[in-house]
Amino acid sequence: MSAVRTRLLFALPLVLIGALILIGWIGLKHNPSRVPSPLIGKPAPVFSLPRLGHPALRLTERVFRGRPTLFNVWASWCVTCVAEHRVLMSLAAHGVRIIGLDYQDHRRAALAFLRRYGDPYRAIAYDPRGVSAMNWGVYGTPETFVLGPHGVIRGKIIGPLTRRVVRRRLLPLLRRLSSPRARA
Amino acid sequence: MIPQLGLLALILALFLSLLLCYCGLWGAHRDDPRLMGAVRPLTAGLFAFTLFAYGALTWAFVTNDFMVRYVAENSSTRLPLFYRIAAVWGAHEGSMLLWILILVVWTGAVAWFSRGLPRPFVSRVLGVLGLVTAGFLAFSLLTSNPFVLVFPVPHQGANLDPLLQDPFLAIHPPMLYMGYVGMSVAFAFAIAALLGGTMDQLWARWTRPWTIAAWMFLTAGIVLGSYWSYYVLGWGGWWFWDPVENASFMPWLVGAALIHSLAVTEKRGVFKSWTALLAITAFSLSLLGTFLVRSGVLISVHAFAMDPRRGMFVLALLAFMAGAALTIYLWRAPYLLQDRGGAFRLFSRETFLLLNNVFLVVGAATVFIGTLYPLFVEAFGLQKLSVGPPYFDHVFIPVILPLFVIIGVGPFVPWVSGRMGDLLRRLRWPLLLSAVGWTLVLVLAFAHSWPPLTAVGVLLSVWVMITALREPAAALWRRLKGRTAGWNASTIGMSIAHFGLGLAILGITVSTTLSVWRDDPMHVGKAFRMAGFTFILRGYEPARGPDWRGTAARFLILHHGRPWARTVSVKKNFGPGLGSTTGAGIVGGGLHDVFVALGNNLGGGRWSVRFRYEPMVIFVWLGGLVMALGAFVALWDRRYRWRRLPPPRSTPGGGEGP
Repeated sequence: MSAVRTRLLFALPLVLIGALILIGWIGLKHNPSRVPSPLIGKPAPVFSLPRLGHPALRLTERVFRGRPTLFNVWASWCVTCVAEHRVLMSLAAHGVRIIGLDYQDHRRAALAFLRRYGDPYRAIAYDPRGVSAMNWGVYGTPETFVLGPHGVIRGKIIGPLTRRVVRRRLLPLLRRLSSPRARA
Repeated sequence: MIPQLGLLALILALFLSLLLCYCGLWGAHRDDPRLMGAVRPLTAGLFAFTLFAYGALTWAFVTNDFMVRYVAENSSTRLPLFYRIAAVWGAHEGSMLLWILILVVWTGAVAWFSRGLPRPFVSRVLGVLGLVTAGFLAFSLLTSNPFVLVFPVPHQGANLDPLLQDPFLAIHPPMLYMGYVGMSVAFAFAIAALLGGTMDQLWARWTRPWTIAAWMFLTAGIVLGSYWSYYVLGWGGWWFWDPVENASFMPWLVGAALIHSLAVTEKRGVFKSWTALLAITAFSLSLLGTFLVRSGVLISVHAFAMDPRRGMFVLALLAFMAGAALTIYLWRAPYLLQDRGGAFRLFSRETFLLLNNVFLVVGAATVFIGTLYPLFVEAFGLQKLSVGPPYFDHVFIPVILPLFVIIGVGPFVPWVSGRMGDLLRRLRWPLLLSAVGWTLVLVLAFAHSWPPLTAVGVLLSVWVMITALREPAAALWRRLKGRTAGWNASTIGMSIAHFGLGLAILGITVSTTLSVWRDDPMHVGKAFRMAGFTFILRGYEPARGPDWRGTAARFLILHHGRPWARTVSVKKNFGPGLGSTTGAGIVGGGLHDVFVALGNNLGGGRWSVRFRYEPMVIFVWLGGLVMALGAFVALWDRRYRWRRLPPPRSTPGGGEGP
């Protein structure tokens, strides 16, 4: 009896590591960067949301007209967004138009975030309940949509914009979208 | 041509490592001298081919060979040669190659320094290390080949991530990897002993120096990384409880527990199964860290490019290594590791070292839970969340505080059985000095109305430092009185390391509880006051470097109204999507640091500027380095010297152990 109990005790680490591996595996399966968006090629979903800094004004999907735009879903509670922020700041500094969607957030916390880390956004839609975000198929932050000059969704990047993502996917896409042929 | 040869060398290294595993493990199992004889030459070959592959990648960087995609993505002709050499490990693929090279260096070192150990044992150790190496070589070749070519060949590379363009890139990752990977040696020793059927006091003596060496590198690596993140603004001070930092901190805690547990196993022959489990755990945590960093399941400032296949592969590797090791453990440990004899009383060195292990391991477990909690929650389909510093501050600190009390007592309690009276006699001077120190601290605490946690931390650090000095002071006293000093490298090393811990506690406590920071919009001529300092923005001008443009802001700092220092903070922009970095102006380095960092241009000649006052922060790193120094000194203990003619079969309890 006691030998069996000793055995069980020595098996405990194995059980624990098994559980850990299982959870790691599920975590990988959940890795959202593998799911392509069904919205690509479609016009931006219709929405009308108050602006974060100017609650009296509203922002609609018409904001995407005119030139290629990034639509970046973020939140002040999102640690990843902090990591991503320096990339956004640098994109904005080089003239890329970025519209934000503040997702399931508190206005005051979001504004404090921007004061602390800088504001790369031309305008930010405030979506505290995540209602419009659902139409966009958002289920985490950060996510970034790339929209063409006619407001059509051309790309979706799930997870933070890293240097590599910017270089490999974002800049080529933006370049293509802003070439005269794409405008026509 | 050279990159292709590098790839070929890497493939050959994979075959050699598989052969090494086969010859080492099967040869020892069958007691086949021919197979076991091949182990050392195979290790040498593995080392040579891996070094060649690594050299080939370095050469591609040095010669700006943009045909290699990894070079094109992480270097450019504008990058100085120094950074081109360090850029080899600037991203995922190359850092994996560095990881493998370091693993092979450790394997080679084991082969070299273990010539005096029994042959089947060394064969098994090298066989296990060969298996680990094979796993990582396969990982590199199948999912992250650094030698992939790109066509058409770009004229210019995309340059190294600006955040990494820092002298610390040259030393922080190699040091950290030396520590991480070094834990594989203790792991291999434990598996070899479990397979071989003898885990005795000699085994503990052989394992100790390797563990201490790995822990020394890990300590230095963590300290360097901490200092790096401190002076590069935006990485959140000197410690962030970031998943990747935690990934290095967990093996560090468990490694420290292992060092202490090995001491008991070596001296008294007990705690064997526990020691073996710690050795397996320490390396498994290193692998887990690799998984967390390379898979992107947890988001962190260090995140490498995400590729689900990589995550899968490392997870499979972790499952295989840890699973196999723990299966062997389950199979062998109950029979082999029965702690025969070695009984000890409650009041004994053994008990104190056991307590040390309990606190360290529970501390590691709290870090583990906090780090992986978002993963657990996500796995069960609940909402996304992140566990921040508040969790760690509230959970880890109370768990670890008792350790700082017993650290001052444990080393002075004799093995097996001690008496309270003897202990008090030995500790009378440290207690007296501590009482003086504590009085001073309490006076300071009341005078400056410190928060309670500050006072507790400083009191404990005084206690730890004074008791750490007790042993060297006593040895010196004996020497002065004409007797033999009776010290050895282990004791001195331990004293130094404990003293370093006391310094680190001081720095951590004071800098976290008494630091001040503020953000303020500044324009030329404006003054900002904080913590007795006045900061005046004198002016700013454009600045430029080989691959960046930016702004340099000049500040004058007054201390209590008198000019104290001038400093410059530079904000560098590296181009679209390449990000920017801020070089903070840090003044001080002694009892306090003052920190000025230029933030964002607010327009109209105004800039947001962050000011920080960090008292005693230098002791955080100084303490860490002193701990590493202690480990270094302990390595020179005569017991660990490699002996030319060992007995053919190890005898338990032999040698110089008491």
